[in-house]
Amino acid sequence: MAKRIDVSGLSAYYGSHKAIDDISMTVEPRSVTAFIGPSGCGKSTFLRTLNRMHEVTPSGRVEGKVMLDDENLYGSGVDPVAVRRTIGMVFQRPNPFPTMSIFDNVAAGLRLNGSYKKSELKDIVERSLKGANLWNEVKDRLNKPGSGLSGGQQQRLCIARAIAVEPQVLLMDEPCSALDPISTLAIEDLIGELKERFTIVIVTHNMQQAARVSDRTAFFNLAAVGQPGKLIEIDETERIFSNPSVQATEDYISGRFG
Amino acid sequence: MNTSSTTDIPPLPPHDRSAVSGKAVRPGDRIFLGLSRGSGIALLAIMAAIAVFLTYRSVLAISGDKANFFTTLDWNATGTDPKFGIAVLAFGTLVSSLIAMLIAVPVAVGIALFISHYAPRKLSSPLGYVIDLLAAVPSIIYGLWGALFLVPHLSGLYSWLDDYLGWTGIFSYSGGAARSLFTVGILLAIMILPIVTSVSREVFLQVPKMHEEAALALGATRWEVIRMSVLPFGRSGIISASMLGLGRALGETMAVATVLSPSFLINTSLLDPGGGTFAQNIASKFSEADQFGQDALIASGLVLFVITLLVNGAARLIIARRKEYSGAAA
Amino acid sequence: MSLMTDRRAVSDGGSPLPVSLKQPRLPRWTPPVFALVAAGAGYGIGQAAGLDSTVQCALIAGAVFVLGTFALAAGVEGARQAKDRLATSLVWLAFLIAVVPLASLLWETVARGTKVLDGYFLSHSMGTTPDALPGGGIYHAIIGTLEQVGLATLIAAPLGLLTAIYLVEYGRGKLARVVTFFVDVMTGIPSIVAGLFILSVWILILGFGPSGFAGAMALAILMMPVVVRSTEEMLKLVPNELREASLALGVPKWRTILKVVLPTSIGGITTGVMLAIARITGETAPVLLLVWGAKTINNNPFQDAQQSLPLYVFQQWQQGSDASYDRAWAAALVLIAFVMILNLVARGIARWKAPKTGR
Repeated sequence: MAKRIDVSGLSAYYGSHKAIDDISMTVEPRSVTAFIGPSGCGKSTFLRTLNRMHEVTPSGRVEGKVMLDDENLYGSGVDPVAVRRTIGMVFQRPNPFPTMSIFDNVAAGLRLNGSYKKSELKDIVERSLKGANLWNEVKDRLNKPGSGLSGGQQQRLCIARAIAVEPQVLLMDEPCSALDPISTLAIEDLIGELKERFTIVIVTHNMQQAARVSDRTAFFNLAAVGQPGKLIEIDETERIFSNPSVQATEDYISGRFG
Repeated sequence: MNTSSTTDIPPLPPHDRSAVSGKAVRPGDRIFLGLSRGSGIALLAIMAAIAVFLTYRSVLAISGDKANFFTTLDWNATGTDPKFGIAVLAFGTLVSSLIAMLIAVPVAVGIALFISHYAPRKLSSPLGYVIDLLAAVPSIIYGLWGALFLVPHLSGLYSWLDDYLGWTGIFSYSGGAARSLFTVGILLAIMILPIVTSVSREVFLQVPKMHEEAALALGATRWEVIRMSVLPFGRSGIISASMLGLGRALGETMAVATVLSPSFLINTSLLDPGGGTFAQNIASKFSEADQFGQDALIASGLVLFVITLLVNGAARLIIARRKEYSGAAA
Repeated sequence: MSLMTDRRAVSDGGSPLPVSLKQPRLPRWTPPVFALVAAGAGYGIGQAAGLDSTVQCALIAGAVFVLGTFALAAGVEGARQAKDRLATSLVWLAFLIAVVPLASLLWETVARGTKVLDGYFLSHSMGTTPDALPGGGIYHAIIGTLEQVGLATLIAAPLGLLTAIYLVEYGRGKLARVVTFFVDVMTGIPSIVAGLFILSVWILILGFGPSGFAGAMALAILMMPVVVRSTEEMLKLVPNELREASLALGVPKWRTILKVVLPTSIGGITTGVMLAIARITGETAPVLLLVWGAKTINNNPFQDAQQSLPLYVFQQWQQGSDASYDRAWAAALVLIAFVMILNLVARGIARWKAPKTGR
């Protein structure tokens, strides 16, 4: 189910402004990779280039290669829609479809991609909600609108929606930044369980969170405001937090800047 | 405003707060509140007067009507034996407005989507501006254009429709100028397009980006994004835009009066001339009406007013009910 | 732990979906090229079948394009992409369908309107010019329109403004809710019904004759709710901090409204009033019932029939001669120009004086 991501020489632009510059890294399958760094360093932009969401923004443009196992996401003939189907995403603010019920929210991606029998759909929705640790809380009100749930529940609903289509990779863009500490804990536990099946990349502002959930950590930084963001280093999370090889990383982690 | 300048000023003493809640203490406040409240009351008085006087004149007319006001297929409100009824007008008004809605709403939603989601970015905001301007073109100009340009161009299309769909009875066409209810419907559709488009476009542009991204991230095509997040979010907006358009179509006078060749028959072949609408009938019968005849026209106007009220009320109900469901997370 | 095994089952259950990123796609130039093909097909079929109307050819071309792209995409790219393409071509088609008549309307008005539009036309009334002959002008109609719209504005703008102030600044109770409701109802009054109301009161009951003022009252009824709504919107945009800051300085409420709230939102309010003026300028129906129209100049809006621009267009069209059609188009062009200029200036003001909400 999970695939490796191999990025080489990737730059992303907004119009003529270069947001990230020449990034190369490898994301291992069935692991959690965390992106950390100061605001505006391009870590979210970089995440969005991994499922071709960056080009959705007006004037967004990407150069370079992203290999998913042996296929280049930016190769000619590759359909961005198929890419986003294969690489799921969870956003900063929970965004269930407001007019859909909880059930329909989880089934939304499946319904796009083919026709299912009602019983099949039911099974997958149940499995996905269980997979997102939400089943017990919502099993009695699957037909209620998803927007009636609490923030943390909504975010797990969004995770259930993303994993229902069995993606290869799950991208998470600061998934806990809009949540309270208890909901955050629930999501972090969930990430730990999900990594057995998916390759997970998570952007976070919270360094403790990166230390808690991730296997590998990448540190992004920018030279100055208006300059493109760069990848400073990527390594085992333990190394990054105990003995990073670059001074800037250590400064950031120990709170000396950023 | 510099907020720091206000921080060291003590809060309002209680008697000043009473001014806020409406019990003015100062004469200036009392006069100003009186004036503005008086305007509100004047507005209510006008509405009440409209209802009272229209009803009063209508009662005069209907009680003098020697035939059934609702079912008679004729409009003869002069002389000693006045017989008139609104059946033809109600039919014509509803049918022409319905045709207008059937044509205008899908097209308007299409254009609104075109501007908000399909057009090249550089084109979309000038286009929206132009549409807003077109919404301001007076209806008499649509009428003039409809009578002198649209009508001559439609007879070819109508005989074509007659060839293939004439058997339905609705689309049979016996030639001659295309001054029919269907033409009226087309013209009304063109007329309400800008306003329906402009309101729908505004709603589509307000769809939160995160809803669209949710659909995109699931691997939705552009159309699927629109179907999953844009249309559900904009549904109540589309409905209110349509009702706004319908209200205009129902009450439109000049564009109908110039295009339609009226008659007091209910004709199911919509391409053939004939029929009439409330507003058109008032405009064309007015100059030859005596006082009683004018009362009769007022009675038909009252019916039109009630119909528009019902339409607007229905729209508001739909929107209010939709809001509970879709507005929660927005 | 049962959860765990459950999840294993998912991954072992196998992926239900194909996992190829490469999808067969039609090249980018397909839609424009296909549009040309469809246009050609529409024209060809039209010629072959001897159709005499360009409307039909265009309809055929549109159908060929929409169905053709759909079929092509369904064959090459699959059902989902085909649906996407179908939606795209329908949206483009909707745009074209709308552009043609609206552009034609503007084009016809300008092209036919400039024929007799000159200084003489603008500065003379119809006077004794026979309807079937060329000559005459719209001076009397311009005077009438300006006076009627001016009077309507004098009635509706203050009433509308004060009502909006009441609703936003004072209105909390039942009265405010009732007023809000009836403003909505009033927005939906068809213009001819407003005309009938004044007719029933002013002419049938009070016994006055037709006059510009009678028309102005009906126009005011149409204008009032528009002014209330737009002013309300603008007043609501004024941040509450401004009001509180002023009240906290001990400024009485009415002076706060006059000196702080209104000046902040004056740009938007002006825009709203101007757009409302533009809207009633084009109203014909109430003027037809209440002002009746005239061929000569009547400078007194309180006495006797007057002319107005939209009514002039209608009456010249009714005459049905070539000369009167020319005059109708020319007057329509003047009317459209007037309304457009009002709109452009109003929107200009809105942009220039947009309230700075500090966001």
